[in-house]
Amino acid sequence: MKYVNYLILVVFAGLMIAASDNLPNRGDANAPANREISPAGSKGAAYYYIQNSKTDSNTDNMVTVILADWRGYDTLGEETVILTAGLICYLLLRKRRKTDDTKR
Amino acid sequence: MTRKDNNPIVSLLSRIVSPFIMLFALYVIFHGHYSPGGGFQGGTMLAAAVLLIRLAAGREISQLQFKKSWGTPVGSVGVFIYFFTGFLALLMGGNYLDYSFLPLGLEAPVTRGWGILSIEIGVGLAVMGILVAIYDDLLEGEPND
Amino acid sequence: MTDYIIGHYAYWFTFILMMIGFYGMTMKKNLVKKLIGMNIFQVSIIIFYVSTAVKWGGTVPVLDLNISIADTSKYINPLQHCLMLTAIVVGVATTGVAFALSISIFKRYKTLDEAVLIERMIKDNESDK
Repeated sequence: MKYVNYLILVVFAGLMIAASDNLPNRGDANAPANREISPAGSKGAAYYYIQNSKTDSNTDNMVTVILADWRGYDTLGEETVILTAGLICYLLLRKRRKTDDTKR
Repeated sequence: MTRKDNNPIVSLLSRIVSPFIMLFALYVIFHGHYSPGGGFQGGTMLAAAVLLIRLAAGREISQLQFKKSWGTPVGSVGVFIYFFTGFLALLMGGNYLDYSFLPLGLEAPVTRGWGILSIEIGVGLAVMGILVAIYDDLLEGEPND
Repeated sequence: MTDYIIGHYAYWFTFILMMIGFYGMTMKKNLVKKLIGMNIFQVSIIIFYVSTAVKWGGTVPVLDLNISIADTSKYINPLQHCLMLTAIVVGVATTGVAFALSISIFKRYKTLDEAVLIERMIKDNESDK
């Protein structure tokens, strides 16, 4: 059984490395993600973000503008996730009262 | 933990260092527009400053700085600030979370900048409150050290 | 060939890190060690995303007056940094929930070892009937 696990690990690693074959070189400024026009013909997101952060939101830090303005819904849902995690920890680990122990 | 005595050096040093960590965290939050930083990083550092006192002085004494029951309410206030900013833009006639409609009386890009600052404050409060609350909940029921 | 290796070796190392995390998740028997493996897996994915944002000769995505934004190859891609910023905090939250669950498991079954835990769960179920 242990050898099957090792085999799965090796096959998974080989699969990932074979899939990384088609990725662009690291640090390539002309990679499809960085172009003005993406290979599908639409406008590239990263190009727009870099060009328009100052004129759209008067903010120098592009990461902040993406986080709070252009992708505000993403951050909103993510913050709800954090709040839910805190509430789950509270509900799991609070001290149970004596009256709750009669029926678990 | 089986530690019985309170080390004065650790206690004094953490008491000196903690306010400065908080000050730098506020700088990271409010200067997030012009330098690397923002709500998540600043909120984590605020939580680190609180947890430093929690670790050094024990949980009973550290209640003077930040009470155990405050964690979840502070996080909820942060999330509420975020929702409220979005709803304010909605009430003033724009889309949800479109900050250029906030009633500040400035040009659209500057208004969006202030809206981003409001969002960052909400995120920072939420992250700080929830991290401290998770730490306190994990130590729930343990003997005080 | 040299270009290919220099352009891709960072991906390979993140995949090795990912396999270490996967090994911890699948083959370790202790629940806390499984959690450590999960965190290593998460960190490897974060490093992979950030490593795809690099542009050689580019600077951090904060506007600098001396560097024109007309040439976007001077700033690295800000999108991955934003996504991973949220992923880190969600990772902290999931780790907190996982530790809370393992604490409540330990309080009830007095063990974190997988095989012993399953035995005790079966025994507990049978005694309930």
